[in-house]
Amino acid sequence: MESGTLVEWKIKPGDVVKRGDVVAVVETDKGAIDIEIFESGPVEKLLVEPGTNVPVGGVLALIGGEASTFSTDALTGAESVPEKSAAATNRGQQVPSTHLTESTTGPHGRQKISPAARVRAQQRHVDLESLHGTGPGGAITLQDVERNDVSHSDFEPSAVTKKTPSATEAMRAVIASAMARSKREIPHYYLSTDVDYSSVNSWLAKRNAELPIEQRMLPVVPLLRAIALTLQAFPDFNGYYQDKTYQPSKAVHLGVAIAQRGGGLIAPAILDAQDQQLPLLTEKLRDLVNRARAGRLKNRELSDGIITLTSLGDGGVDSLFPVIYPPQVAIIGAGSVRDRATVVNGKLAARPIMTLTLAADHRVSNGRSGAQFLARIRDLLQIPEKL
Amino acid sequence: MNAEALKTRILALLTDIAPDIDPATVQPDQEFRDQFDFDSMDQLNFAIAIHKAFDIEIPESDYPKLASLSKCIVYTDSKQQS
Repeated sequence: MESGTLVEWKIKPGDVVKRGDVVAVVETDKGAIDIEIFESGPVEKLLVEPGTNVPVGGVLALIGGEASTFSTDALTGAESVPEKSAAATNRGQQVPSTHLTESTTGPHGRQKISPAARVRAQQRHVDLESLHGTGPGGAITLQDVERNDVSHSDFEPSAVTKKTPSATEAMRAVIASAMARSKREIPHYYLSTDVDYSSVNSWLAKRNAELPIEQRMLPVVPLLRAIALTLQAFPDFNGYYQDKTYQPSKAVHLGVAIAQRGGGLIAPAILDAQDQQLPLLTEKLRDLVNRARAGRLKNRELSDGIITLTSLGDGGVDSLFPVIYPPQVAIIGAGSVRDRATVVNGKLAARPIMTLTLAADHRVSNGRSGAQFLARIRDLLQIPEKL
Repeated sequence: MNAEALKTRILALLTDIAPDIDPATVQPDQEFRDQFDFDSMDQLNFAIAIHKAFDIEIPESDYPKLASLSKCIVYTDSKQQS
């Protein structure tokens, strides 16, 4: 990611902000991102107008006087391939604004718009405020934008047309660069084990039967919990490898690969997963998936993932050999749970089996600790009531 | 509620969960999973939406009865009668 477009300010000069407040919305390759601030103090001045394309590292606002600025540095981590930004700007330097509409905010706050529609409107210079949304709650959909797209007529002069990438294509480019770098730089090794999922399944069925529908747990949640618990005892799989050094992390920011309808893929993190019991984890996962699909993730969720789980769910395939997201050092793949022949107490039996795979960075860990790590997760899943 | 009204209401819930779906193109007998790439989270969200909209209890074992538009209409209708 090299730049993003400032969509909306959530603050104005004179406001007092504190660390963690969402102060702006920036549109990026990965959809709209809520930008949190890492400083506290009064807002002195906003330096960039909504609609402006700002490079990573560009200064957006002055907070609390001369001493601190607020910049798009927050975005650097949000890319899959972190590089030091070459686009550092002088304080307050204005970046030429694009033809994007001045603001996408209606008089009553934030206008509802799907991420794909927002991107298309920007590409085609469609004024969002002039549109009438036909989606849920009056949200503007891709179709609404295309209906109003006057620039894209049949008479478009060929001399000026240059194919603009769609939101999905932009996302694919980000994935391509991260995955190519991963395969170029990270010496992966792979391990796998079969997990008998019958204990989890029967425990879940009983538990879910007593719960209102909103609180029911998906089978992936006990797996998330088992991974978060195990990682605390295996620091070699929970950290970043950067500049030839490995930096383990105390917190488990557990990334979850989420497929987007239409071909995109995004892996935001459940922050501090190690502190979350199953009911809270259930809630967090649903919230994260729903916001990922609506294009409403926070920058830390995109930047701070430390290990990733990719689960095929009902895909019907037994195992996968995932590619590590740099600078992470491990990724766990979960195949579909399917009845398979297995040996239980010396006898052949049909059991629901999930094949769990670990791809890990051989610069940081060895197969032996990888095997212990994976086996521990498998064993925890045999006694789900203790998770 | 008649069948047509029921269908309209269910389609509205569906597009609420997946705004990219065009209600006019929904194939009634094809499962959402195959048609719209629904995953387990979509299915759960959809079941929750049906539960809230029609005020019916949906045990986990009934989720497969919500797998397509036709099945969903039949299920919701029978649940409301009972």
